[in-house]
Amino acid sequence: MNALKPHLIRLAPQFAVLVAVVLLISLAFPDFLKLQIQNGRVYGSLVDVLNRGAPVALLAIGMTIVIATRGIDLSVGAVMAICGAVAAASITSGHSLVYTLALALSVGLLCGLWNGILVAVLDIQPIIATLVLMVAGRGIAQLITEGAILTFNDPGLIFIGSGSFLGLPMPVIIWVVFGIAVTLLVRRTALGMLVEALGINRRASTLSGVSTGVLLIAAYVLSGLCAAIAGIIAAADIRGADANNAGLWLELDAILAVVVGGNSLLGGRFSIAASLLGALIIQSINTGILLSGFPPEFNLIIKAAIIVLILVVQSPRIRDLATWFGRSDSAEAAVKQEAK
Amino acid sequence: MPGNTLAENTLGSDDIILSATGIDKVFPGAKALNKVNFQLARGEVHALLGENGAGKSTLVKCITGAYRRDGGRLVLDGADIDPRDTFEAQRLGIGTVYQEVNLLPNLTVAENLFLGRQPKRFGLVDSREMNRRAETLLAGYDLDIDVKAELSNCSVAVQQVVAIARAVDLSGKVLILDEPTASLDAHEVEMLFGIVRRLKAQGLGIVFITHFLEQVYAICDRITVLRNGQLVGTREAAALPRRELIAMMLGRELGDEIKAVARTEAAEGPVRYRFTGFGRKGHIEPFDLEVRKGEVVGIAGLLGSGRTETAEILFGAEKADSGTAEIDGKPAELNSPRAAIRHRFGFCPEDRKIDGIVGDLSVRENIALALQARRGWARPIPRAEQDRLADQYIKALDIRTTDREKPIRLLSGGNQQKAILARWLATNPEFLILDEPTRGIDVGAHAEIIRLIENLCEQGMSLIVISSELDELVAYSRRVIVLRDRAHVSELVGDAVTTDHIVEAIAAGEKQGAA
Repeated sequence: MNALKPHLIRLAPQFAVLVAVVLLISLAFPDFLKLQIQNGRVYGSLVDVLNRGAPVALLAIGMTIVIATRGIDLSVGAVMAICGAVAAASITSGHSLVYTLALALSVGLLCGLWNGILVAVLDIQPIIATLVLMVAGRGIAQLITEGAILTFNDPGLIFIGSGSFLGLPMPVIIWVVFGIAVTLLVRRTALGMLVEALGINRRASTLSGVSTGVLLIAAYVLSGLCAAIAGIIAAADIRGADANNAGLWLELDAILAVVVGGNSLLGGRFSIAASLLGALIIQSINTGILLSGFPPEFNLIIKAAIIVLILVVQSPRIRDLATWFGRSDSAEAAVKQEAK
Repeated sequence: MPGNTLAENTLGSDDIILSATGIDKVFPGAKALNKVNFQLARGEVHALLGENGAGKSTLVKCITGAYRRDGGRLVLDGADIDPRDTFEAQRLGIGTVYQEVNLLPNLTVAENLFLGRQPKRFGLVDSREMNRRAETLLAGYDLDIDVKAELSNCSVAVQQVVAIARAVDLSGKVLILDEPTASLDAHEVEMLFGIVRRLKAQGLGIVFITHFLEQVYAICDRITVLRNGQLVGTREAAALPRRELIAMMLGRELGDEIKAVARTEAAEGPVRYRFTGFGRKGHIEPFDLEVRKGEVVGIAGLLGSGRTETAEILFGAEKADSGTAEIDGKPAELNSPRAAIRHRFGFCPEDRKIDGIVGDLSVRENIALALQARRGWARPIPRAEQDRLADQYIKALDIRTTDREKPIRLLSGGNQQKAILARWLATNPEFLILDEPTRGIDVGAHAEIIRLIENLCEQGMSLIVISSELDELVAYSRRVIVLRDRAHVSELVGDAVTTDHIVEAIAAGEKQGAA
């Protein structure tokens, strides 16, 4: 498949890191790779990684697009809390599951719209614009839950967090399907190219007739939608909305997933698949550290060290070095070409 | 090479300050420099010329350490050097000043001059001492400015001089000027040349890169020409006729650089585009403009006279706050680039780095961008169609690139310009606005773009061309609008379109302005 080749080359480093991390963990804990099927459902640490990684993976999908526009969305963790709270409040006050989901998702879309308007129309720097909702959002969520953890028993909503479909946990199905859907949306249409153009040079894109304002708003709306889905999953998982802790610091994990995925924070070229691999790398590290039984105090430090290592390997300097070592072949090839 | 021996023999080896011999530079897939020799003498201004992609910048970058050369010798002042980066080259004595001033606009003039080596007192920056030294330094350049002023408040020309002063003060043996005059007006160029002559008298070796051949003859002693990464020759400027120089650069005879073609008598057809009282406060005074099918309307004026503002308002990049636009007699809204593009407008902006190219995207994507934007996101141009479009225009406009997937930022300026033109031609425009289409591009591309303008106009496209090259403007425009102080002051038609008349119209305005 020639058409696939550039994509595979793009994903190779992330894939290699993921495999390395998984192998390292399985060396210490051979059970890590073990999968077993009970009651038509697959169990095992690997499934766990996919399942626990769902919120960050979902956030990373939207974050990839926002970062590709040369922006950033700090509010996604807070939007998760808001949407989780809305879903819990709606289902406990007796609304149907469909109504509840529609409501929670629209609230996520609205949050994204708010961010998008601040960035695209009022021209506020994205980091400041989304900081507003990051701070205020958790307050809004607390208002909705009235400060308590709002629990619910609706089997339909709980199914989204802990049910299974085709043997896999629902959250896994949701993020994989959503990731594929968004990838197809941006790559089968011209959206991906236009978003990249906007992120690289907004003024030149506007002058070429690209609706840069609409695209920018759409990116933040998508990010809001991703946060809403992640928020619903997080709430359904614990059967309650915890306004204080739902999605806490997950915006940072999402940004990290995008960066570990090799996407530039300066916008432009992006790969959703790479960000998703990034999210899985982060989640594997988390799970591995938990398994290792290190005192919890060490967890964050170990995680940070591994991530620094990954970023160093991906850094432009190291890449330059790699091309420098690989250079002699291509130089010789060029000379040979010349000789002909 | 037969051409380069003559000049070298006249110079004793003591006079050579910088000698590059057999320089090779290979990029993946392309040999950018092939055994290039370059000798720079003390107290000479040496022009380095060539078409876009000839290897001028690559050679300079190998000399300044921005690139590591793959072969050859660099000798500075009798000693072999191998600079690893521009800082090392600077320390060794090679200073460079670029077209885009690479200083910090938010610092003062003095801070810029002494950045990284500020005079210290008790470990703190001694501002008073620094300002005093800055004044002494700039006095040597006949520049009487407030060294405590922010650099961004100074004109580009003054910023250039500050950059030169810093480079000379830091390095002091060789000064490389990479298109320093591209954004200066005639008066500022003269001032800059005064400084160059003085530095030359002090014994500096100066390398001068430019696209303006007049300037080469005005100031340079010797000329080295590169083509396709090879040395064509080094010659005494005084002994090299202009025609021959151009032939060296292009590798072919060009006839005249710009053939003063008989102006195609544009069809005296009906007016297609009529702008009445069009203007925007603070940008451009309301003006009237009529353009016919197949007509080229030139716009002339000094820098800052409102040329670019006129283009932006016609294209909707800035919204007009007065007046109306009519196309084929029907009123048209032109309040955004998108709206203008719907009416089949196109706009090649003056500053292609900021307003034109999308640097990291490929040549193919840059060419397809405007067409794709017009089709909307839901109807992607199939990949095969994009490839066909890109190949077609790369061939038609002779865009020099290894392949269509190369990021456009890696192309040279003239080829970027052609790619932006291709972007608009791909949309089949009927009204094309070209803002300085030939600025900063080499002679060959220059002639090609002018030929293209004439062709487009013959095919019935209406064009507005803004240019500060009056000979050029006169060659293809049927009408020329003259601007001054952000207002349209005069319109020349038919036989009245001559360089003299345009200069007169601009000057008449100047007088009025003074009164």
